[in-house]
Amino acid sequence: MIKRRSFMRATLASGVIALAAASGSLLSFTAQAAQPIKIGFSMALTGGLAGAGKAALIAMELWRDDVNKKGGLLGRPVEFVYYDDATNPATVPGIYTKLLSVDKVDLVVSSYGTNEIAPAMPIVMRNKLVFPSLFGLAVNDEFHYDRYFQIMPAGPEPKLDWSRGFFELAAEQKPKPQTVAIVAADAEFPLAAAAGARKNAQAKGFKIVYDKTYPPSTTDYTPIVRAIQATNPDVVFVASYPPDSVGMVKAAHEVGLKAKMFGGGMVGLQFAAIQKNLGPLLDNIVNYDFWAPEPTLNFPGVKEFLARYQEAAKGKGVDPLGHYLPPYAYAYLQVLEQSIDAVKSLDQAKLAAYMHETAFKTVVGDVKFGKNGEWQKSRVLMVQFRDVQPDNLEQFAGPGKRIVVYPKEWKSGDIVYPYKK
Amino acid sequence: MWSVDLFANAIVAGLLLGGFYAAVSIGLAITFGQLDIVNIAHPAFVIVGSYTAYIINRHFGLDPVLIGVLFTPVFFLVGAAIYRVYYAAFERTGQESLSGLAFFFGLMFIIEVLLIMAYGVDYRLVSAGYIGRTINIGFVGIPFRMLVPFAVATALTAGVYLYLSRTFTGRAILAVAQDRLALQLMGADPVKVKQFAFGLAIATTAIAGSLLIIIGPVEPSVGRQYIGRVFAIVVLGGMGSIPGMAIAALILGVVETLVGTFMGPSWSPAVSFGVLLLTLALRPSGLFGRK
Repeated sequence: MIKRRSFMRATLASGVIALAAASGSLLSFTAQAAQPIKIGFSMALTGGLAGAGKAALIAMELWRDDVNKKGGLLGRPVEFVYYDDATNPATVPGIYTKLLSVDKVDLVVSSYGTNEIAPAMPIVMRNKLVFPSLFGLAVNDEFHYDRYFQIMPAGPEPKLDWSRGFFELAAEQKPKPQTVAIVAADAEFPLAAAAGARKNAQAKGFKIVYDKTYPPSTTDYTPIVRAIQATNPDVVFVASYPPDSVGMVKAAHEVGLKAKMFGGGMVGLQFAAIQKNLGPLLDNIVNYDFWAPEPTLNFPGVKEFLARYQEAAKGKGVDPLGHYLPPYAYAYLQVLEQSIDAVKSLDQAKLAAYMHETAFKTVVGDVKFGKNGEWQKSRVLMVQFRDVQPDNLEQFAGPGKRIVVYPKEWKSGDIVYPYKK
Repeated sequence: MWSVDLFANAIVAGLLLGGFYAAVSIGLAITFGQLDIVNIAHPAFVIVGSYTAYIINRHFGLDPVLIGVLFTPVFFLVGAAIYRVYYAAFERTGQESLSGLAFFFGLMFIIEVLLIMAYGVDYRLVSAGYIGRTINIGFVGIPFRMLVPFAVATALTAGVYLYLSRTFTGRAILAVAQDRLALQLMGADPVKVKQFAFGLAIATTAIAGSLLIIIGPVEPSVGRQYIGRVFAIVVLGGMGSIPGMAIAALILGVVETLVGTFMGPSWSPAVSFGVLLLTLALRPSGLFGRK
């Protein structure tokens, strides 16, 4: 009796244990299936680049919500783990180390901008991760990393492709302009852009009559523009960040710059608040851009995306129109999404191989990466501001204000030359 | 490339720029120069002034300078309140040197973050009829965008100087800067005098901020660019001397534009700070400093 009781107890106990073990494994299986895919990144949410960084984050969150609505990636929900890098490159290595070793993220993508992407590269490379990147100019020229993918359409030779259109346009004008002034901020991106401009100008046979840099903390730009004017250049190429771009445009107007072509590599003239404030001072400036609401650039999904972005951006103190960065911030995650869907795993080598060989359909059009992870073919647009009305934001939402004048493939109008009659 | 008109334009542009630097530095000449308070958050208050001008200008269309002037009493009260906290937490216990510095450093970040949370990180600009216009006198072009800040800065500097040298409270501020104990022995309360002076210094940032946003776009962290420059101007002028500060600001402005025009703008900070070092080597107490 005693024996039978103890036997029954033992059976019961082992049954309970077996049941517990089975349910445990079931639980862990369920947990595995529902465990989110974590995507880690740093982003400039404060500091000088925060205007763009915050706008990018809004676009990225729209993508995350879209993917999760469709059931996630590989059947798992997508979750972001991100930290503010305060526009300080020194914080970036620490953030990516933490993302990988503490937060154990499954995938990483980059922050916004050259200066914030480059410091993450050594860590990402050590971990052999694919690295979709958001607007870094020629970052991979130094690293030669075969899993780096840049969504900015600078092209296979980013430094040169950046300003190629500007100088090709200048060289086409009749009579052909002869002299060029190049002025750039003392910072990584503008210096790289100016280096490319120098080579393009020389290749097209222009004589460089002014070639100087200025500190980004400059308050008044009129002395710089006067010094440029004194050299009497036909073409003025400026590589600048938003506050200096505003300073340069205002100073050019105040000094009465007599150049025949003015612009090139000014960051900031793509932002709605600055466009609104500068108004007619922008007229006839030819500057780089990546998207404008012109009929030639009406890629499938871009208008719907922008409408949703504009709704989400309300009251957040970021670019209300979001033409510049947000579509690309959405697209670099679309590339990742399409690759994971196709490869059906998070295997980094397979993902990288797929990204290299595939042409992706995104809200910024077809994206095909070249060997160095840059776009196989450059799509740096040159746009020209036309008939801009004062103090009117809405005008920039539609076509007709930023005419695409280069390249021919995407052109929506002809250049007005010279810049000032 | 050298020409008389380029030189004349550079000098005029430098004077206009220097005038603006004086407006940004004058508050610090009082706090750092006279009260010995290392208010590293001073440029952050200037940015608050810029945002105030931006918000009122956008909603009511008032002139940015007028907004700056109208808001000086508010900034004065904020400044006085901050000094009370600073005094109670640090100065009273004699910990003002390092802990006080950390306090203002923290204050600077708090201001930046509050601005970001309230108004985001986009660049802000104001509109006024005179922005974008230029008057030409002979071959010298004077943009109103720089002339208006210069004129206002000159009036502000003159006003503060006259106030400090001609009024009873002003003299009390100078007295507390010279000898706090002596002032106390005469029956005056140095804490109240310093509180008033600190309020006055912060009040000037309402005007300086409105001038900054007339010149160019502003975002919450742009004030950091001015930290080195404003401290350099106060030290170069001679700690606590308002005329010294004004002349130092003009010198830095002119040096910056001359170098920017003739040598290349990237040399400007090096040459400006070279002038500062040279002056301090020859006159350790600054241009107008007491020995």
